[in-house]
Amino acid sequence: MFGIPVNFEGSLFDQFRRIEQQMDELFGGGGVLPGIRSVAPGTFPPVNVGATPDKVDVYLFCPGIDTQKLDVSIQQNMLSISGERKAANAENTKFYRRERFNGEFRRVVTLPNDIDPDRVEAKYADGVLQIEVQRREASKPRQIEIKQ
Amino acid sequence: MTVSKEIAETQDKPVAQTRAGEFVLQPPVDISEDADGITLTADMPGVSGDRLDIQLDKDTLVIEGTAKIEMPEGMKPIYADVRSTRYRRSFAVGGGLDPDNVEASLKDGVLNLRLHKRPEAKPRKIEVCTE
Repeated sequence: MFGIPVNFEGSLFDQFRRIEQQMDELFGGGGVLPGIRSVAPGTFPPVNVGATPDKVDVYLFCPGIDTQKLDVSIQQNMLSISGERKAANAENTKFYRRERFNGEFRRVVTLPNDIDPDRVEAKYADGVLQIEVQRREASKPRQIEIKQ
Repeated sequence: MTVSKEIAETQDKPVAQTRAGEFVLQPPVDISEDADGITLTADMPGVSGDRLDIQLDKDTLVIEGTAKIEMPEGMKPIYADVRSTRYRRSFAVGGGLDPDNVEASLKDGVLNLRLHKRPEAKPRKIEVCTE
């Protein structure tokens, strides 16, 4: 008798949901399930991943980090990065804003399956940690480094 | 009025859009105050000193920077949390700060700004006389 209320579509929550759906479609999130190791948007540090036929580059935007406290490890095609950033606590100061990340962090990035976990390089410059992971090339002879 | 009451953000969105359509990142900041001035710390990964621009006039503080990320040619993005290389954030500041006395340092993508108060804007302790 009552059916669906006519003005239901115009409710605020419905509008939010519609915007969310449109955002998902725009950024390609529609229909793709989040990975079990994925994190909530806005988690520190932000990560970008790019690939060329030769390598995969992972960029972590983690300014003000002591690289001694960074732990980068790779297991099969899973790259995990953990570390810590402690905020300086000055005495006699009043804080109005504390938006910057403070504490321990950990992120796991699943890389393509053809990466070579033995050929990984990491460097830190201007607060960006760049991890270069080479891809396997079946057609090319594998180079073996001779250690002295 | 004290500076602390006047320092107010002009924009409060994580990502703003410029007229040209390019997204601008708003760096997260810590802002604190002590008797001598205001300290602002901002996360701007990928920015080096030559690509950083700080302007302070009597009303506004503007922090701008461009990140330079080394990327090989023909790289295809697989995943991206960061979708811009431009940072900008501005604050309305009160008249109590001295625009000629600003110290800025940038290390590992973290900007440290020290804005000093004018002598007349520093807090004064008022003695209460009792008879």
